[in-house]
Amino acid sequence: MIVVTITKIKLTTPISDEDVRKLRIGQKVLLNGVIYTGRDAAHKKLVELLNNGQELPLDLHGQIIYYVGPSPAKPEQVIGSAGPTTSGRMDLYAPRLIALGLKGMVGKGKRSPEVIKAMKQHKAVYFAAVGGAAALISKCIKQCEVVAYPELGPEAIHRLEVENMPVIVVNDTLGGDLYAEGTKIYATS
Amino acid sequence: MGRITQAVAKLCKDANYYLGEDVIEAFNNAYEQELSLTGKEIIEQLIKNADIARAEDVPMCQDTGFAVVFVELGQDVHIVGGSLEDAINEGVRQGYTEGYLRKSIVGHPLERVNTGDNTPAVIHLKLVPGDQLKITVAPKGGGSENMSAIKMLKPAEGVDGVKKFVLDTVKEAGPNPCPPIIVGVGIGGTFEKAALLAKEALLRPVGVPSHKPEIAELEKELLKKVNNLGIGPQGLGGRITALAVHVNIYPAHIASLPVAVNINCHASRHKEVIL
Ligand code: SF4
Repeated sequence: MIVVTITKIKLTTPISDEDVRKLRIGQKVLLNGVIYTGRDAAHKKLVELLNNGQELPLDLHGQIIYYVGPSPAKPEQVIGSAGPTTSGRMDLYAPRLIALGLKGMVGKGKRSPEVIKAMKQHKAVYFAAVGGAAALISKCIKQCEVVAYPELGPEAIHRLEVENMPVIVVNDTLGGDLYAEGTKIYATS
Repeated sequence: MGRITQAVAKLCKDANYYLGEDVIEAFNNAYEQELSLTGKEIIEQLIKNADIARAEDVPMCQDTGFAVVFVELGQDVHIVGGSLEDAINEGVRQGYTEGYLRKSIVGHPLERVNTGDNTPAVIHLKLVPGDQLKITVAPKGGGSENMSAIKMLKPAEGVDGVKKFVLDTVKEAGPNPCPPIIVGVGIGGTFEKAALLAKEALLRPVGVPSHKPEIAELEKELLKKVNNLGIGPQGLGGRITALAVHVNIYPAHIASLPVAVNINCHASRHKEVIL
């Protein structure tokens, strides 16, 4: 079932299983609080640590990872333009982090069946931010600092404080997929 | 030389900050036509985003792309003071550094270490009559470039084969290239010529039809079919999947029918200057 609402749900991190269970595909959400950034290079490092039985540089319980590699900030900016990157590149690593307690991911584009299964099993969701709306999204980011892997530059893990960052639920804990369902509604021959 | 470097640096910045009026107008039309409320809201956000980028001189998208540079060099022009390629790369280096644009190029496709200044550019040089030098900079993001495809069809597959390949490519791309997209199609030539035709098709102002009537018809039909896929803004379902389909053609070998589909996101960036 797709939920189309005009009103938006406010969600503040860290988020609980209960928060996540209530979300349905199509719902519009405003994210608040702390979220973390990460792209494939950082994900690879995190999973390597896990494979070696080492501790991660951040606690992912109840957290959200935003797939983004911002452009450089101008002197007067908190962060440069910061829209979502293609999520598929993180598919290989995401199930491990979801199993650890990661509750949400923000990106753009399709997820693999493995990631969708992990979200259903461990109660997590995938949100889409508007790809290419990077200057607009950066206005919702109030603070930004590097917390791990500074050597990765824009791909380092950043801790962001966001205020009403607009996202849409694409995959929920029931296994729903808005990309598939939404397309079906509007397709004609 | 210095003039070329300066011009390229400015074009890199301008292309990333200022979305073309043609795209804005296409957004406005798309907003009217879109049936999905979510889709409408997304298009509204894209218009706002372009306004912010323009007003604040910041990149509209964080992926400020591979600098693809088209040069039309008049055969009577004589360039003095060094190599054209170096001048262009220096322009890219300056533009991406001064302009706070993201450096997204790795120096080796397998070793993957960032070059740190977004060089080298991809340069396409064409010799033309006259004494002018025209430079177009078209930064190209990875998300949409990755969903592009090329296929060597059998001539017997004809126009139906071409249509099917375009639709299959857009469908497979789905939400990944940040729809609404612009679809560049190259038909004919050789393997590499088809790809270049498709990329050049993206430089045409959005929605300006081909001057060949039969190709303009094909563009119209393809746009309708692409939008009937229902992918919609950001792939969340809707009537506007593409803002335009542009097709460029070239003569082909008796044995070949190459087709290339180069997908561009709504951040359809290109700026040009004549020196
Ligand atoms: S596909 Fe285009 S709009 Fe989307 S992230 Fe890449 S460059 Fe930006």
